[in-house]
Amino acid sequence: MASSKEVLFNPILDNNPIALQVLGICSALAVTVSMANTLVMCAAVTAVTAFSSLFISLLRNHMPSSIRIIVQMTIIASLVIVVDQLLQAYAFAISKTLSVFVGLIITNCIVLGRAEGFAMQNGPWLSFVDGIGNGLGYSALLVSVALIREPLGAGTLMGYEILPTVNNGGWYVPNGLMLLAPSAFFIIGLLIWALRSWKREQVESADYEIAENIQYREAH
Amino acid sequence: MEYYLSLFVRAVFIDNMALTFFLGMCTFIAISKKISTAVGLGIAVVVVLGITVPVNNLIYQHLLREGALSWAGYPGVDLSFLGYLSYIGVIAALVQILEMFLDKYVPALYNALGVFLPLITVNCAILGASLFMVERDYTFAESAVFGLGAGVGWMLAITALAGVREKLKYSDVPEGLRGLGITFISVGLISLCFMSFGGIDL
Repeated sequence: MASSKEVLFNPILDNNPIALQVLGICSALAVTVSMANTLVMCAAVTAVTAFSSLFISLLRNHMPSSIRIIVQMTIIASLVIVVDQLLQAYAFAISKTLSVFVGLIITNCIVLGRAEGFAMQNGPWLSFVDGIGNGLGYSALLVSVALIREPLGAGTLMGYEILPTVNNGGWYVPNGLMLLAPSAFFIIGLLIWALRSWKREQVESADYEIAENIQYREAH
Repeated sequence: MEYYLSLFVRAVFIDNMALTFFLGMCTFIAISKKISTAVGLGIAVVVVLGITVPVNNLIYQHLLREGALSWAGYPGVDLSFLGYLSYIGVIAALVQILEMFLDKYVPALYNALGVFLPLITVNCAILGASLFMVERDYTFAESAVFGLGAGVGWMLAITALAGVREKLKYSDVPEGLRGLGITFISVGLISLCFMSFGGIDL
């Protein structure tokens, strides 16, 4: 039986939901243009993952397996409605900029993936901790992307200026590409590269090994 | 007519679901290793999007939005907070019905799409398109065109990525970048290409 601490911290580096399990990339990338939005989104996803795992784990012995996906979806959708209504009530401006992405937490593969893969087999407390751990793993990657995109794209962080831009009389020329969609893909690709160079066991095996060029060697 | 054509082109190229809104990324990256499977999944997405977006539009316009229930004698009722639950329910149910219908009447298509249909319920692009439909307040006809356009755009994107990845598997990629890493970078480049469609106005 894994300890709570392992379950909590494993998903952050060793088994990151985005970088290794390829889950939950969908709704994530579009919100990383600004740090404030990212933090709200991470908090929402972590809360939904943790509580959906908790409730699904509590109900796991009462669910007929043929309709479990529908039951899980209903639990998740209800939690997302609660989060969405809370955001609209207390942080209306942010909920407007996040637009459809709060609703898309429902189809975020991390939530359903953890429910199916972990909460259905484990007790409520461990499932809850696993939900928080995976939420944190997701947050770690998202925050690192936002940390690169917002300063380089707009010269600010959380709305405070850290690189004075040319328009405001400073020296930094903002890189507009960082605010556009492609930069998010490049940054995540590079982050995965960095993570795998450090944790070598995560490297995937190649489809084809390239043989050494024999003719070249014989020619010299 | 011209307006609908413009909406369609916008949905396919400029507001591409996968490449500008990052929707349906999980399946997009997981199932793009071979062109044939990518096309199969793409067609399934087009079919499901083309049906669910207009159906969700009907539900939103006639049941959920503020004042929509006035035909039943409840003019002040606003059920829009139930939106997420209803849309995902409609999508799950429709996918199930579509699966049974194809199994019975079009077995050839069913065998081609088989594995992908259930996967589509949790594809963010499907739910995302319905949510965009609500946010942009489309009419029924607009939502049908938008649904089809979004599906075609998604299919185009996944086919392009599968083509790139098929070529890529013979190349010598640095160790840490193999698999997921290089896929992300290719998607970034394709997304950059799609951005050149921006500013087209029909």
